[in-house]
Amino acid sequence: MSAEGRRWFLSRGLAAGGLAAAGCLACDPSRPSRGLLGLSERWNERFQRLLFDPSRLAPELPASAETPPGMFPAYKIGDFYPEAPAGWALAVGGLVERPGALSLADLQRLPQTRLRVRHHCVEGWSAVASWDGVRVSELARLVGADPRARYVEFRSFEEGYYSSWDLESALHPQTILAYGMDGAPLAPEYGAPLRLYSAVKLGYKMVKYLSAVAFLPQRTGGYWEDQGYEWFAGV
Amino acid sequence: MARPAQPLVIRLTHWVNLVALVAMAGSGLRILAAFPQLGEVSAPYRWYPFQGDPPPAPLTLGGWLAGARHLHFVFAWLLVLNATVYAVYFAASGEWRERLFWPRRDARSAWHTVLHDLRLRREQPAPVGLYNGAQRLAYTGALALGLVAVLSGLALYKPVQLHRLTAALGGYDAARAVHLLALALLALFTLVHLAQVLLHPRTLVDMALGGHREEDGGGSP
Repeated sequence: MSAEGRRWFLSRGLAAGGLAAAGCLACDPSRPSRGLLGLSERWNERFQRLLFDPSRLAPELPASAETPPGMFPAYKIGDFYPEAPAGWALAVGGLVERPGALSLADLQRLPQTRLRVRHHCVEGWSAVASWDGVRVSELARLVGADPRARYVEFRSFEEGYYSSWDLESALHPQTILAYGMDGAPLAPEYGAPLRLYSAVKLGYKMVKYLSAVAFLPQRTGGYWEDQGYEWFAGV
Repeated sequence: MARPAQPLVIRLTHWVNLVALVAMAGSGLRILAAFPQLGEVSAPYRWYPFQGDPPPAPLTLGGWLAGARHLHFVFAWLLVLNATVYAVYFAASGEWRERLFWPRRDARSAWHTVLHDLRLRREQPAPVGLYNGAQRLAYTGALALGLVAVLSGLALYKPVQLHRLTAALGGYDAARAVHLLALALLALFTLVHLAQVLLHPRTLVDMALGGHREEDGGGSP
C-alpha cells in the first residue's frame, strides 16, 4: 500500500471509529439526560409544552371508576413511610410577596378542590382515586407569587425528595396540594399529611410528604429527575 | 422510463425504518418490563398470557426504564420523520398504485397465492406487476399496523392532552394492549417477511441496489 493509501485508510478508519464512539457517547441510556438523548429530551419538552393546553382538563371520572381500596399502588423512596415532624407546617417562599408557613388547618380553610382523575405512572400502570386539597394556583394567589417565577419547586421532609415544575402545569386547575384521599385524611403510604397531586404529570412528579413550596425564576431538578428520568413528564 | 423495482427513496426509508423499528421494539419491551401486566391494576386482562412476566432481557434495549424511555422517544421521531418522507414519496410518485392492496383488484390473486404457497393449489397465480395480491395485502397491513402503533403510542404519551384519542382506543389500559398487539403483529409480519426474503434472495438485492422492474400489468389501478 502506498503512503498516501495508508494515510487515506488510516484517516477514514479514525473518522469512522470516532463517529461510532461519538454515537455511543451521544446515545448512552445509562445517562439519559446527556448527549443525543439529553438533546432529544429538551426537544420533547418543547413538543410537550406545545401540546399542553392550560385550560384542557383531564376527564373527571365517576366513583365507580375508583381503584378498589388498598389496590392503589403506594411507592416510597426509602425503607419506611416517613412521619411528619411535630408541629408540621408548609413553608411557602421564593419570589413571593408574602412568604410564610401554613398549618394543615390553614390549608383546609382555603377553597377545597376534589379531583377524581386517572393517575398515570411512568411504569405503565394507572389507577383512580379521589383527592381533596387546595389548588397550587390558589396558594400562588394567597402568597402573591411573582410572575417572573416560571418554576415551582416542591420539597419533602423526607431527605432528598423534591421535584420542580414548570409554572403552567403547577397552576393548572387540576394540580392541588392534597390532604385527603377517597374521602379520608391522607394515609402515610400516600404522602400524609400533604402531597402534590395533578392530572397533568406522571406520578413521579407528585412529591409526597411536602414541607416547602418555592416559586423560583429557574428550574431545579428532582429526586427522580436527577437520576435521569425526564424533567417535564407531562401526560 | 424504466423504474427500478425499488426506487431510491423506498430503499432508504426501508433501511432507516428497520433501525427505527428495532430500537422502538427493544426500548418498548424494556418499558413494558417496568410493569409487565396489561389491564387495570385491580383487574388484569384474562386473555393476556404473559401477565407478570417481563419480556426476556436479550430482547430489550436501554437497560433501565428512564434510559429506555429516552431511547423510545428519540427513535419515535426518527420513525415518524422517516414515515413522513415515505408517505410523501409514496403518494407523489404513484408507487401506491402498485403497492397498496385494493380488494377488487388483489383479493383473488392474494387468495390464490396463499393457497399455492400452502401447497393447496397447484396452478401458479396469474402473473402480476411488482407485487402479487398477497404481498400487497401484507405490506398494506404492515403500514396500517405502523399507523396503529404510532396512534396508540401518542395515546399513551399524552392521555390527558390527547384524551379523546386515548378514549377512542378504549382508554389508557386498552391503548397499552393495542400498542403491544401492534408490536406483536409487526413482529409476526417481520418473521414471514424474513422467511420470504430467504426464499427469494433476489428481493434483498433489489432492496439494497434497486433492481429492475418487470412492467407487465403494473400501474393499473
